[in-house]
Amino acid sequence: MAEPAAPRPTTAAAWIGQGALYMLFALFIGVFSTWPAYRHLPADQALIKLSFTHNGKRVSECRQLSPAELAKLPPNMRAPMQCPRERVPVVVELDIDGVQSVRHSASPSGLSKDGASAVYRRLPVAAGQHRITVRLKDSPGPAAFDYSRDESVTLKPAQVLVIDFDAEKGGITLR
Amino acid sequence: MDPAGSLRSRGLAAFEGLERVFDAAFGSALNPLRHLGALGFLCFWLLAVSGIYLYAALDTSVGGAWRSVDELSREQRYLGGLLRSVHRYAADAFVIVTLAHLVRELLLGRYAGFRRFSWLTGVPLPLFVFACGIGGFWLNWDQLGQFSALATAEFLDWLPFFASPLTRNFLDAASVSDRLFSLFVFVHLGVPLLLLFGLWFHIQRIARADVFPPRALAIGTLGALLAVALAAPVMSQAPADLSIMPGPLALDWFLLFAHPLAYATSPGLVWALFCATLLFLLALPFLPRPAPPAVAKVDPDNCNGCRRCFEDCPYAAITMGPHPNGKAGRQLARVDADLCASCGICVGSCPSSTPFRSGARLLTGIDMPQLPIDALRRRLEEGLAALRGERRIVVIGCDHCAPVDRLAGGDVTTLSLICTGMLPPSFVEYALRGGASGVLVTGCEEGACAYRLGTRWTKERLDGAREPHLRASVPRERLATAWLPAGDDRALAAALDEFRRGHG
Ligand code: HEM
Ligand code: SF4
Ligand code: SF4
Repeated sequence: MAEPAAPRPTTAAAWIGQGALYMLFALFIGVFSTWPAYRHLPADQALIKLSFTHNGKRVSECRQLSPAELAKLPPNMRAPMQCPRERVPVVVELDIDGVQSVRHSASPSGLSKDGASAVYRRLPVAAGQHRITVRLKDSPGPAAFDYSRDESVTLKPAQVLVIDFDAEKGGITLR
Repeated sequence: MDPAGSLRSRGLAAFEGLERVFDAAFGSALNPLRHLGALGFLCFWLLAVSGIYLYAALDTSVGGAWRSVDELSREQRYLGGLLRSVHRYAADAFVIVTLAHLVRELLLGRYAGFRRFSWLTGVPLPLFVFACGIGGFWLNWDQLGQFSALATAEFLDWLPFFASPLTRNFLDAASVSDRLFSLFVFVHLGVPLLLLFGLWFHIQRIARADVFPPRALAIGTLGALLAVALAAPVMSQAPADLSIMPGPLALDWFLLFAHPLAYATSPGLVWALFCATLLFLLALPFLPRPAPPAVAKVDPDNCNGCRRCFEDCPYAAITMGPHPNGKAGRQLARVDADLCASCGICVGSCPSSTPFRSGARLLTGIDMPQLPIDALRRRLEEGLAALRGERRIVVIGCDHCAPVDRLAGGDVTTLSLICTGMLPPSFVEYALRGGASGVLVTGCEEGACAYRLGTRWTKERLDGAREPHLRASVPRERLATAWLPAGDDRALAAALDEFRRGHG
């Protein structure tokens, strides 16, 4: 049975072509698996990360129900104390060198708004000295901020400064 | 034509151009573009084998991971170091071949009808490939891993799912615990297992799936990966240090391109792109399209239950069940209409499809309603009767390959089938006995059959290596075959000319 047509890759040119295509494949992988280099933060910058998870206070205190109010409730729900589960949003402000950079009200998580509030912000700044002012409010009502911290920091290029909240360490922390 | 359609046809033309370049160098049977799925499997196995060695050497603690991997590269350059590099480059190759496979199937329009299952089970696979690949960078906990882990956390935090941001796990060295690190390891071992399961699922509806590339192609690909591994061994970047943002990083753009993209635009935009692409790919098989052709139909009176069609169907669309005539042990073929590609290959495998059978109307065990075997025999008889001269050539071809019908006239009559695999070999003998001086059987090149196995089965049947075979008494010098690039009229005409020269 004759089998004409359909050239078979037996010529030298085909072998060279095959080698060239394998080389191209290898080169393609070799090159783009490391190049071009990626620089996330310009060389003269540092990064401030504002990050916390913190429980705001309850929207209101627990309250003793009056006998009249209790009587109106179905018998199986007559708890003498009523405690709201909902928490207030946590408000945070960050000034860098006296300029407000963040003002954020972090809503409590969870369907009944009884979880922690979380914030995560990344702020690239020029390396060098900066005055950092952080204020945080976690209580209901129009009162002033519950916590604040004011500090001067010197940041090296590429350094990461983390602003967090840790009640055990006295509130706002910088590290 | 609609803009999307014309975009697709231009994309297809470009891809076919590329395929021809590869054909010229590799020949169609070894053309890597025709084995992209199989190359994906090869990458998977390379990753699994090299990965086992790396895992044995990995210290799965935050403190020890970097050193254990770095030592591998420095102290075992030609074993651990080489395997590490192969592991990385095979992952890159996996991304390339997977995406190329996706694009190819997309351009060929292989997402609807009987291919819907293969398409829909294919769409999630690149996600697994990326999830395994990206997670791998975290394990050696160098500055690239640090960057990627943090970028991934920031990307995921954009979604409103996490009560406590994932990024808090990477605020400083103290936040990264050995437990978190164990989670990394778990992901990097668990997702590949999911991927393997997904791959198995993906090829369920494909009979004799091409899951391993031809040996020469496998060796060539492995050679290319080893060459990169030797020329550019993968080395760790500086150990992770969460108190700094790493400087310039040698980034793996194949696997990690989404991080820079999210920083250059926004996580929201990358999420939107991602979801839009996913939705588009998942919706494709459900778009309205022309009614599909009729599927194969079994005739119980002419099916003897020999299982040949069951063996040959490229899409596992045939099952065997008890024959309704009730004879003990007798079986009957059954076609699942959702899986049937309407290729007709089963007609070519049925022993009842012989034109020598008597009866005014030729019946067979399994037939294509749109092109029944009886019509084929009549067309062949009429075509031969119309030829006058000494030389009478029958050219048999297929609708997907080079179009044979344009050759009809003069000393030639033609028979175009749905797929050349539809040809019962006895038709060749029937043509020669019926007055043809020669028969030229044409079809797609090996590896290029629109229905995967048509060319392979036809070759084997004509060579006598597969049932039903062409009888040995048929004079082989009066038969020729030509396996051609799809749509290539010139190659077809050349094949015919050469055949004529050989047949005076
Ligand atoms: C890890 C990635 C993947 C691997 C290793 C893989 C592997 C394979 C293999 C081995 C085949 C059988 C090919 C044959 O025997 O002719 C196949 C077929 C197919 N694949 Fe994939 N695949 C992958 C991802 C995808 C993706 C992402 C898509 C598209 C969304 C896809 C769509 C298809 C289709 C439509 C077929 C059927 C082709 C036909 O009917 O001729 N695959 N794949
Ligand atoms: S027409 Fe093709 S896909 Fe359908 S049953 Fe026959 S061989 Fe299988
Ligand atoms: S090849 Fe023909 S005879 Fe054999 S099982 Fe299939 S339909 Fe029946």
